[in-house]
Order: sequence, then structure tokens, then C-alpha cells
Amino acid sequence: MPVVLEHLGKRFGDGAPVLDDVNANIRQGEFVALLGASGCGKSTLLNIIAGLEAPTSGALEVPSDGAAFMFQDAALFPWLTARENIELALKLRGVGKAERRTKAQELLELVHLGSAGDKRPHELSGGMRQRVSLARSLAQDRQLLLMDEPFAALDAITRDLLHDELERIWKETGRTIVFVTHNVREAVRLGQRVLLLSSRPGRVVQEWAVTEEHRTDAGLAGQLTGVITARLREEIRRHAK
Amino acid sequence: MPSRFLSDPVVEPAETKPAAHVHAALTRTSTGHEDLRELESGLDSLQSDAERKHRIDWSRILLPVAALVVLVLVWQFYVSLGLKRRDQVPGPLDVLNQMAVLWGEGKVQESVWTSLQRGIIGFVISVAIATPVGLLLAQVAPLRRAFGPLISGLQVLPSVAWVPAAIIWFGLTDATVYFVVFMGAIPSIISGLISGVDQIPPQYRRVGTVLGASRLQMALQVILPAALPGYLGGLKQGWAFSWRSLMAAEIIAVGGTIGFGLGSLLDQGRQLSDMAVVMAAILLILAVGILIELLVFGPIEKRLLRRRGLLAGSTR
Repeated sequence: MPVVLEHLGKRFGDGAPVLDDVNANIRQGEFVALLGASGCGKSTLLNIIAGLEAPTSGALEVPSDGAAFMFQDAALFPWLTARENIELALKLRGVGKAERRTKAQELLELVHLGSAGDKRPHELSGGMRQRVSLARSLAQDRQLLLMDEPFAALDAITRDLLHDELERIWKETGRTIVFVTHNVREAVRLGQRVLLLSSRPGRVVQEWAVTEEHRTDAGLAGQLTGVITARLREEIRRHAK
Repeated sequence: MPSRFLSDPVVEPAETKPAAHVHAALTRTSTGHEDLRELESGLDSLQSDAERKHRIDWSRILLPVAALVVLVLVWQFYVSLGLKRRDQVPGPLDVLNQMAVLWGEGKVQESVWTSLQRGIIGFVISVAIATPVGLLLAQVAPLRRAFGPLISGLQVLPSVAWVPAAIIWFGLTDATVYFVVFMGAIPSIISGLISGVDQIPPQYRRVGTVLGASRLQMALQVILPAALPGYLGGLKQGWAFSWRSLMAAEIIAVGGTIGFGLGSLLDQGRQLSDMAVVMAAILLILAVGILIELLVFGPIEKRLLRRRGLLAGSTR
């Protein structure tokens, strides 16, 4: 079990708890979609798993080498080319110079950007930037990959393609992925399991398994999307005044 | 959007396979690795701008030259009105002749070389001192709280104010000149670097942390390059301050072992009441300033901004 969350709670100062009694187990190599409306503490939960923030209560078990992280905006360094951005991740991990070069090229090929390595971030489209960002997070070579709404700012055409791309890379690399999103369709499209977080405080209220049939059968996937959307709305309605 | 699925007539029976395309976002949309590669590369080329070639922009050269010509003509016109005595307000030609005389005596070459050499050496040493100090102040909060106001104060204090002190400490030597240059340039470079660091998007630090950067790596690989535009602004200002301080020092401190710089030339002109020499010296000081900007800082800044995609829409 790479990630075990037990009765996890988080509050900032004296405010209301952001997360309360979050329980989840994530298996090795699993793709889990973490779904929730605004204010469910999705990003806080990811930060806790990544070790960027500490929980105020409960316990968690995460891989000792930490996690790779991919942000909503590509967060590439504008003074480096695509290749250098990836090489920097390798360098900070302690990879030698000669190996950095070949490894970075491999990763660029993996995200189908083999020939765009010398471009700078501002010369790349949004989708290309996110693929470089994905390659950079893979360069960190951590078993666990945390993704914080990485495709939220992309146009629909690009996003659909990146879903296929991410699924392929996940299968090729065998990473454990925790993917945070507020998009039900995206959660169903990508996750093997969809965990629904309630809002204020965030807590796992329900989970659904997504099978291989859902990947090819649009009808089944649509049904599941409907069911999850209905449950999500029920959560949102609770907050009506 | 999801409401479509709640009330939904769109959920179709499984046997209508082509419907998969309708539900593009819900199922796999590409038919395999090759298909995906092709789709992505098509989309990439659609979404990327076509490359534009950089041509020589003649207006960049002709406009400043035209402005210069206009200014010289206005000057000549004013002089030819004869409102002031010619020895008080010399015309462009008088100054040019004087410049030729000074060149013949080797004074132009000597003074420009002496001043430029001092300015550059003083500036380089200032950068070497100010950069680590600035990084340290920007990164360590207690240090910054303690010394921040002092740095701001020093930046406002005219460095000429240090000349008397420097003469008492170091006498009429080059040390006096360099001391004044340091007091002008260092605080200004430090504050440029600090404000550059302050403007770094917080996301960059998070990325650095996630990638596992140590404190030193964070400073050198993330903070410093991210702060480069602000730092460069500080360097430019630092150069301006050191050049000004240098001139002031050279005008005030003359004699001893101090060499003959542009400031000394200016002072000599004043003592001889030779306005043409004074004007020639002023124009030389101005010309050095313009040349350094055009040949050094301008190209560096432009390259830096272009590489980061920050040049679009600017009037540079």
C-alpha cells in the first residue's frame, strides 16, 4: 500500500476544519481520481500526501522517497527550454550529466515531444506545456504521482487527447497516480476508482469502481457519470441556505 | 454540463459503437499509440505559432540618428541667433573642433580610458559583493528586516557625500574613487536583486521544493534565474550610480596619484573657463553612458526578455 490515510484531519489556525476524518487506501500502481466541488480541500489533501503540509490530526503512510507532483498550470521555468526543465528535475535528483541528456530525450519522446525539446515554454501551446510538465514529474522517478487538476485550464480537444496520453503513460510506467479533479467526466474517464470528497469539511463520502468496460462503452460510462454527478449535487445542495 | 446526463436521453445502448465519438470525453478516443502520436502532432502544429524571422529594423537606427541631428540643428540655430557670447555658449562646430584638439593632445583617449576602466572595475567588484549579499538578504527574513532600511537609506544617500570622508581616509588615491563608486553601486544592485526576488511567482518555489532542491540549489537554480529581470534592472541602475559617483569623485578629487579621467577633464575646463572643453567633456561622459546602454545592457535585456516571451507588445 503506497498510500494509507487514516482519520486524517486538517485545519488552518482556529478556522473550521478543511479536512475531517479522511480515510483512504491506495494500492500500488492504482489510478485514483479524487473528485469534489470547490472547498473540499482536494489541493490541501494532495499537499499533505506530498509532504508540503502537515496534517493536524490522524495518520498517513506515504512512500519514504516522497511523491512527484504536477500542478494545474504547467509551472515550467520560463528561462529554461523544455529539455532543460526536465534536465533540472533530473539534476536535482542527483542524476549525472551524461545520463541526464539521454533520459530527458527519452522522456520527451514518451510525451511525443521529441522534436520540441529546444523550445521555450512560451513557444509551446498549453497542451504541450502540460506534457513537458508531465515529463518533468516523471523525471522525478517517484512511484507516486500526484496531479492537481492538471488539465483544468486546457481546451476540450486537447484535454481529450491528454486523457488518452496519460492513460497510456500510466500503463507504460506503472506509476501510482492520485488525480484531483472537479470534473466528473474526467474522473470517470481516467480513474480506476473515483473517490468523492464532500465539501467543508472534506471527507471521502463515497467511491465507485470504474472497469475496463467503462473505457470502451460510452453508454456505461455515461450512466456512471450521471450517478456520480447526482451524488455530487446532493453534497452541494447540503450547503444551500 | 453534467445535467445532460441526469435527465439523459443521450445514454445510448452499448451496441451503437460509433457513438463512442459522440461521448468523446468519456471513453478512449484514439485508436492506438500511432493514432495518438499523429493526433497530438497535428494539434501541436495547429496550436503553435509559425516561426517569424527577425529582420534588421532600420527605424531602430534611423530614428535616434534623426533625433540627434534635430537636436544639433536646434543648438546651432540657437547659437547663430547670437543671444549669448560665443565663449559662453559655443556652437556644435566649436565643440567639435575642441574635441579634435583634445584628441590630438591624447586627452580624450586618456580620460575616457581611465574613467571607463575605473567604472568597469568598480562595477564588477560591486556586483561580486552585492549579489551574494542581496541573495542572503532576500532569502533570510531576519537579516532583511534588520538591514533592509539601511540598504534603502544608502541607496537614497548621494554617494558624493562619501567623497570628503574618502579623501580623509584614503587621500588623493584611486582608493578614494573606488570607495565612492562602491557606495553608489552596491546598495542599488542589492535592492534591485531583492525586488527581483520579491516578484518571483510563489509557484516557482513550490516547484523547486517538490523537485527536491536544497537551500543552495533553490537559491542558485531557481531564485536567481527567476529574479534575473529585476536583478538586471538593479545592475543597470548600479552601473548608472557607479558612473555618476565616479564622475563626481573625479571632479572633486583632483591631483595626488589619481589619474586623469573624464571628471578631471571637466574640472580642468572649468578652471580654464573654457566652455568648449566643458561641453566636450560632458558630451563624452554622455556618449560613454549611451554606448554602454546600447552595446551592453540593451542587448542583454532584450535577449533575456525575448527568451522568456516577455517582449511581445513592448515598444522596445
